[in-house]
Amino acid sequence: MSKATIIVHSGDMDKLYSALIIGNGALAMGMDVSLYFTFWGLMRLKKGGLEKGALSRMNFLGLGKWMIKKQMKKANVRSLEGLFRDFRELGGKVIACDMTMEIMGIKKEDLQEDLITDYGAVGTYIKEAKESDITLFI
Amino acid sequence: MSTIEVDCVGETCPVPLVETRKAIRKASPGDIVEVTGTHPASKQEIPMAVKELGLELVGIEEEDNLWKIKIKVR
Repeated sequence: MSKATIIVHSGDMDKLYSALIIGNGALAMGMDVSLYFTFWGLMRLKKGGLEKGALSRMNFLGLGKWMIKKQMKKANVRSLEGLFRDFRELGGKVIACDMTMEIMGIKKEDLQEDLITDYGAVGTYIKEAKESDITLFI
Repeated sequence: MSTIEVDCVGETCPVPLVETRKAIRKASPGDIVEVTGTHPASKQEIPMAVKELGLELVGIEEEDNLWKIKIKVR
């Protein structure tokens, strides 16, 4: 089966949307998908952290984000939480970077453990990326 | 053999694709998945996913921007 491997390094709201939409799209097309959450991306997996990311551009102290969220609601865009549930329901894997956890002092119980499939490091990523048809760094 | 209806009217990317995939996963061989929606790109992309998944596209109908895609699950 074909496969997509995506590193989620950014914790920005818009980039998290990109990662989850691409991930869900690939699953819908019948691919296997793994999302590797590291650095600022991993911060979004902390309890209550999913929606906390700023916009990567034009955030304007949250005003830009507020406007985009308003537009997204109008367009009926699914929430990050909803997209995450979809991703897991369709069999997508979520790997949390254990080195980030160590340097940022994050414990497993600080994370939304129900969203995470596995804990891993670079070796796991490389092994999976080698077998992948698509690999992205977001 | 049953027909599974998926209502994606008013939904946008990637929801119609995702909900179609969910329904296909739950369906049994021989079942028909019938997706209705209004998102234009999904009308092109659901048939692409059907092909990728090796399923049968039974038909596509469209009237007044409302489309219906029928898929036979193998």
